[in-house]
Amino acid sequence: MKIALNITKTIQDLLLGFMPEGTASILAMVIIALIYLAIFSVAGLMLVLVERKVAAWFQLRIGPNRVGPWGLLQTMADALKLVSKELTGTVKADMFLYNLAPYFVIVSSLMALAVFPFTQEFQAFDINIGIFFLIAISSIGVIGILLGGYASNNKFALIGAMRSGVQTISYELSVGLSLLTMILITGSLQLSEIVEVQKNGWLIVQGHIPAVIAFMIYMIAGTAETNRAPFDMVEAESELGAGFHTEYSGMKFAYFFLAEFINMFIIAAVAATVFFGGWLSPFGITDSIPWLGVFWFLGKTFALVFLMMWFRWTFPRLRVDQLLTLEWKYLLPLNLLNIVLMALIVWLGLTIQL
Amino acid sequence: MSYFGDIYKGIKTLLSGMSVTGKVFLNNKNNAITQQYPDNRETLKMFDRFRGEVVMPHNENNEHRCTGCQKCEIACPNGTIEIIWDRQVDPETGKKKKMIDQHIYHLGMCTMCGLCIEACPTDAILWAQNYENSVFDRTSLTKVLNQPGSKIMPGVED
Repeated sequence: MKIALNITKTIQDLLLGFMPEGTASILAMVIIALIYLAIFSVAGLMLVLVERKVAAWFQLRIGPNRVGPWGLLQTMADALKLVSKELTGTVKADMFLYNLAPYFVIVSSLMALAVFPFTQEFQAFDINIGIFFLIAISSIGVIGILLGGYASNNKFALIGAMRSGVQTISYELSVGLSLLTMILITGSLQLSEIVEVQKNGWLIVQGHIPAVIAFMIYMIAGTAETNRAPFDMVEAESELGAGFHTEYSGMKFAYFFLAEFINMFIIAAVAATVFFGGWLSPFGITDSIPWLGVFWFLGKTFALVFLMMWFRWTFPRLRVDQLLTLEWKYLLPLNLLNIVLMALIVWLGLTIQL
Repeated sequence: MSYFGDIYKGIKTLLSGMSVTGKVFLNNKNNAITQQYPDNRETLKMFDRFRGEVVMPHNENNEHRCTGCQKCEIACPNGTIEIIWDRQVDPETGKKKKMIDQHIYHLGMCTMCGLCIEACPTDAILWAQNYENSVFDRTSLTKVLNQPGSKIMPGVED
């Protein structure tokens, strides 16, 4: 297995100058992990702010505008408030699982961030089964939700957790299969390789009709997997209070909240990498300046994040039976048909190469 | 083929819904309906149908349109309006007639139902659009709507 540690390598080489190799590699990993943690906890908070602002604009409101210029520090203030709050819980909760659940959720969503190629060299962990790793990691998060709902000794939380189990297990299939459709073109699971293939045109252009269908299915299933509206039955406020995190408060609640937004970023980032060329600029206009790739990657990701917010503030919440009908009767058969179509197109060489 | 028809219809309706919200998102800069209240209390104007409190408008000669018919007092479901009246000699015609002394309005009891204003045959009382009605003392919620020394506008009773 060949693992290229590109930014890890830079830091490791720096550290090798004054310490033995084993220590240097471990320290380099810790430093990278801390950098990622810092960046993405801030990015998660920023996404919360963006969500609130976008929601306000959709509803003809103004949104948070008191803390800092244009309310930019609002979520920072919220996070500080949550840190200082008391951690409450129910009396007969299973305390071990109850305390463990938020860490499952947040750790699984942070782990997934490691494999994204932000730009040509900026990737913490270029594993050769990148997409598979992402799909596997994103399904671990549901264990945290199930544990949280099950352990907190609350009926609403239990119902929310069970709904989450149903939903995530169903929609995993569509996410996996729609990404598999695109893998047929790239022939590789490695994310840097997938981006490399797209130098001849983004995959949504290369794969034309089946790629567009796969993208639509991916966005629907991805929205469902992050438990966001219109698929937010896990925490349907009008039915279940706050769903699986009804009994959580303070920082543990904040972990769930942050994980939801980081998951949204992950889903959008996977879509940007697989369908829209990751850090590649359109028509290669900035190929000579590699670090600009970060901006292209983040720009595409935030455009897709905005699309998910647009879904959220447009569509009403589905019932459980409607949710399962959509997945098992529509998305899954269409997805299987789509894979066959894509396989035919790749076999006959009908892909569009720019 | 209704299976594929359903899919087509579903996608079409979803996209039309998104276009509606998308247009709202793009055009929201001019008509954000949130008022940043304490900051703009000088310029903030309530809309026409806002029910602040009941007032009795007077013209420049200190004349109102209330005939003292008491229809508002009867229409009020919770006794918010009290009219103190007596029969006095009209100085112009020399006949005795009903004139109001005080039109008393208890804002503290008013539920803003508007029945008195609908009942008024001469449009003597109206809704005001003021909105800062809190006071420190309950007695100041009892208001006398007709100004002291005011009299009925000539021609209202004809």
